[in-house]
Amino acid sequence: MAQHKINYTQDGGLPVALTSIDKIVNWGRSNSLWALTYGLACCGIEMMASGASRYDFDRFGTIFRASPRQADVMIVAGTLTKKHAEFIKRLYDQMTEPRWVISMGSCANTGGMFNTYATVQGADRIIPVDLYLPGCAPRPETLQYGVMLLQKKIRANKAGRAQKAKRLM
Amino acid sequence: MRAYKPKGNVQAKPYYTDRYWKAPQVAKFDVESDEVFSADLAAIKSKFDVKEAFIQVEQMTVWINPSDIYEVLEFMRDELEYTQLSEMSAIDFLEQRDEFEIFYQMLSMSKRKRIRIKYSIKNGQAVDSISKLFRCADWSEREMYDMFGIEANGHEFMKRILMPYDWQGHPLLKTYPLQGDEFAAWYEVDKIYGKEARDIIGPELRDTAQVDRYDSERFARLGHEVPKGMDPDVEENKDKTQSYQEDGGVFMIKKLDKESSKVIDDPQR
Repeated sequence: MAQHKINYTQDGGLPVALTSIDKIVNWGRSNSLWALTYGLACCGIEMMASGASRYDFDRFGTIFRASPRQADVMIVAGTLTKKHAEFIKRLYDQMTEPRWVISMGSCANTGGMFNTYATVQGADRIIPVDLYLPGCAPRPETLQYGVMLLQKKIRANKAGRAQKAKRLM
Repeated sequence: MRAYKPKGNVQAKPYYTDRYWKAPQVAKFDVESDEVFSADLAAIKSKFDVKEAFIQVEQMTVWINPSDIYEVLEFMRDELEYTQLSEMSAIDFLEQRDEFEIFYQMLSMSKRKRIRIKYSIKNGQAVDSISKLFRCADWSEREMYDMFGIEANGHEFMKRILMPYDWQGHPLLKTYPLQGDEFAAWYEVDKIYGKEARDIIGPELRDTAQVDRYDSERFARLGHEVPKGMDPDVEENKDKTQSYQEDGGVFMIKKLDKESSKVIDDPQR
């Protein structure tokens, strides 16, 4: 029977890496940002395109989940109506900490062109938003760039510090 | 003496008003000009009271009494082959006549004709439900109630369909402001956080022309991210533009090099 002996210190390609806890935790968090499937309007089409093969969100470790319990980031993609406002708050509360929110497109940022009685004038009236993406609708490149910026924001924080619960009020 | 006219806003008034201007009307034609329609109208007239009938844009409009609506539509569906109800709703004429116009758009696939049944009701009156005749009227009548506040007698589930159940007001009325009344402005805040949160969250920003000069500092520009409060347009700040990744790279991730990366700018690629 062949003897398999691995000499870990044989060459430079060590299967061992030294790092700090902060970096490894943030590396894990920032590179597996699972997004809550949250297409509300036409921005949702761009968000789906970002997940499909041409733009391939999986390269960034972003996989869309249909459950808020398994999601890290909520991408509010589209027009948030007043009827829907209570549900976005409920779904946000169901997400586990740490959690982030990307407001995608003009409608989610400010209400956009829907300056009407039925549209919430900005998703940040309901939930705290980390990142605002401009555009109507933003292209998939913009969304992916936004996720990359969010990754950077996550890496800039100390992972070990007590996570302060994000609250609007 | 001449009648007194208020002259307070004489500056705001338009200089020129055309006293002889009349709103353009779609031409009305006699029902006799169409064989199929005149036969249909004669059949309806033999059973029901018809107030007015004419042809507009190759469609016949028939004005009837509000109490006849169920029987008229049943007669048209079963006898006259108008088997489809394309659309129904109300029109707000409260300011002019204190009444609503209710219309039912009927389609006959075999005759290839459309007839519009109309009647008017006073403000506060209810209509007779026709959802037993046409299933599609179920939601249309709910929408009519939601948007205008006109209830349909005999409807199985007379509740709002578009707006939330606890909404106040009927948005398609001409008197309803487009940007919402007091209730609509605070609806989501009141419902989720309670009335005491109004001061903290603040009123909605409805002025689309408002420019906040601090926005250029608070929000970064895509691809030109600088530290907070810094102007990316100033020349000495150009090299302070933040790249996506930290200096020195991230564990196990290659640093993005903008110079060596390929930019695809050909849309026909």
